[in-house]
Amino acid sequence: MKHQYDVIIVGSGLAGLRAAVEIGKEAHVAVLTKVFATRSHSGAAQGGIGAALGNEEEDHWEWHMFDTVKGSDYLGDQDAIEILAKDAPRAIYELENLGVPFNRTPEGKIAQRAFGGHTRNHGEAPVKRACYAATRTGRVILDTLWEQSLQRKIEFFDEFQMLSLIVHNDQCCGVVAYELATGKLHTFHCKAVMLATGGAGKIFKTTSNAFASTGDGMAIAYRGGAPLEDMEFVQFHPTGIYKLGILISEAARGEGGILLNNDGERFMERYAPVIKDLAPRDMISRCMLDEIRAGRGINGQDYFHLDLTHLGHDVIENKLAEITSFARTYAGVDPVKEPIPVQPTCHYMMGGIATDADGRVIVDDNNTPFTGLYAAGECACVSVHGANRLGCNALLDTLVFGRRAGIQIKSFVKSVDHPKLPAKPDQKDTDMIKAYMQSSGQETTGAIRAELQESMMENVSVFRQKKGLMAALDKIKQLKKRYNKTSIQDKGNCFNRDLLDAVELGHLLDLAEVITRGALHRKESRGAHFREDFPERDDKKFLSHTLVRYNESNDPLMLTKPVNITRYEPKERKY
Amino acid sequence: MKCNFSVYRYNPKGDKEPRYRDYEIVAEPTDKILDCLNKIRWEQDATLAFRSSCAHGICGSDALMINGRIELACQKLVRDFKTGNNFVIEPLPLFDVVKDLIVDLEPFFEKYRQVQPYLIAAEGKPDKEFIQSAENQELIEPALRCILCASCTAACPMNRARPEYKGPAALLRAFRYIFDSRDSITDERLEKLDSEDGIWGCKSMWWCTEVCPKEIPITKCLGQIKRAIKQKEKGQQ
Repeated sequence: MKHQYDVIIVGSGLAGLRAAVEIGKEAHVAVLTKVFATRSHSGAAQGGIGAALGNEEEDHWEWHMFDTVKGSDYLGDQDAIEILAKDAPRAIYELENLGVPFNRTPEGKIAQRAFGGHTRNHGEAPVKRACYAATRTGRVILDTLWEQSLQRKIEFFDEFQMLSLIVHNDQCCGVVAYELATGKLHTFHCKAVMLATGGAGKIFKTTSNAFASTGDGMAIAYRGGAPLEDMEFVQFHPTGIYKLGILISEAARGEGGILLNNDGERFMERYAPVIKDLAPRDMISRCMLDEIRAGRGINGQDYFHLDLTHLGHDVIENKLAEITSFARTYAGVDPVKEPIPVQPTCHYMMGGIATDADGRVIVDDNNTPFTGLYAAGECACVSVHGANRLGCNALLDTLVFGRRAGIQIKSFVKSVDHPKLPAKPDQKDTDMIKAYMQSSGQETTGAIRAELQESMMENVSVFRQKKGLMAALDKIKQLKKRYNKTSIQDKGNCFNRDLLDAVELGHLLDLAEVITRGALHRKESRGAHFREDFPERDDKKFLSHTLVRYNESNDPLMLTKPVNITRYEPKERKY
Repeated sequence: MKCNFSVYRYNPKGDKEPRYRDYEIVAEPTDKILDCLNKIRWEQDATLAFRSSCAHGICGSDALMINGRIELACQKLVRDFKTGNNFVIEPLPLFDVVKDLIVDLEPFFEKYRQVQPYLIAAEGKPDKEFIQSAENQELIEPALRCILCASCTAACPMNRARPEYKGPAALLRAFRYIFDSRDSITDERLEKLDSEDGIWGCKSMWWCTEVCPKEIPITKCLGQIKRAIKQKEKGQQ
């Protein structure tokens, strides 16, 4: 089937919906999403969204900017971070005006709480900057933006899996997608495509991410010729429920929760004397692994206790409602009475499709735009998070840059006609599906995925060194060969998850390779990327972004791009 | 330990009638039912169709009938059931089956769209929030927990008897906006629900509240809408 729109947005999380709401009726827009819109993974965001409103105590956007730059280990682009921090209060008031039900202060203003890495006056003490709705902040914003989309009569293609971008004469002119309910291929011809497809946590064994977080947009853009930026920076959140990876929000520590080791010691006091348990995520995850190596994990094992018992029943039941129920359901512990067992869990990709601050995908280090292609949210890299994202900045990123992409797209589609489509734009995808369905190979996606996740977890997670990274790269190469021999057992065309698993696995393998190559290339330690063989940050050689470009016949191409530094010169990062 | 799963299988486009297929898997007491279904799909039968995404009770994809009760597959663990490790898995009732455990929720969302599920407020100011009391935010808080999993509507006996009835999920959303102090069309919202297809379709059977995986007191919230309509009528007399 063929469709024509001005704009196709792929992904229905906060970035995609914020752009859709921005474009509204000013252009003919549709949203494609592989899950029903309200199932998007933005909904799992718990703790809050950062903005220097100053509702609870003094705060300034410059402080927010500084914290974000420092949190990024000076790899974030400071022009983009300035936009993020300055625009944050406006973005919050806008959400509130649209109906987002934030918690309130006694005076009826938006309530705020402390969060990791957010400080008063350049690091003096934690500051209350996170606006929140209990521990379901992402979910209520997702619901609100989805409802705003309904009000604006935005068209949705729910349960459509994007397979490829249509690129012709170096211009993006559409998308080919697979309809889950019928197995039919659809061609969407448009002037602009915006990718807002989220993260790729499923590359790793332990993750807080949804099954849907398979990096489709990143991988498809990569294959379509867009470079991926800073993919080696993968955030491991320190407090996933032990063995399960389900997230226990940083809000738990923002409200006063503490991490304890096997000696009952609040060990973060040793590592970050000023802000302690509210140190940034990369740092706490690393400290945890150091503690484990020193034999101070709980019972000598690889987890710790997150203790909330001193916060009292009301805070735990109300301000931390959702995570309290997770602890009860999945860990079988009642946080009012006992600590929650936690360990680091893969949470967020700082890297992604390289874009400028208006959502335009760029193809090189001169910021040359990829005509017709836009991206925002976790799948994109602006870069505002650099080497480590602060809590509460992800939701903010989706809203600020989702909106800016929307504004940019609106003016672009008014200025151009529909580009010409190539002949048979869906031929490649038709052939690919046919090949999967007819393959008589002996490999299954489940086995390959499990081996990939194991290897990435072991070699490319919090601690990395050359030997392990090389082993992971070899493994990925082997798995890619085996992947070509995957067969599909489900030959049907209605909700064929088997086929979709195979498509997604292809994306995971490509991205795992880019992450691993980036990690090998970066012979230094910065933010979430820690090389045991190069434990220091090396600004002389590596104060630059990594760009990786797909190369059909050979290894991927590695390029670098300078970091934009405006206000804050790199300094040693201490908390 | 070994667990037996009897799973509803049906493809209306090819099968004459639904059937149940049995699978034996090895599972831990702490495995989620969703983990078990994934095990079946990954290790034994790739053709089994069901929805899932976040796998921790936030996205609302995987409401199913588990041993005759509506539950989220990702929120119930093997150890939560006292059925000797035997499980019967069926799709949500009320809705048409698309394939196996996947149902067509379009009628559910259509009703949701009918209640104007968005804030209609006075003109805001770009550099300010509306002032809303913490008490008011807490009043609507239960409804904010809704994840649109459709469990309540699937369970509601009134919904089965009266297909035009909006059902608990849509009415709960209406509650959320009726009682939000920032909304400016409260009277209009109440008037639109003042019918048998609206709020009076609810006969306080409590089944919705009983099955809600987010423990929302739905029946009570709907009762507040009823009271608001009565009070409005009194005020007009």
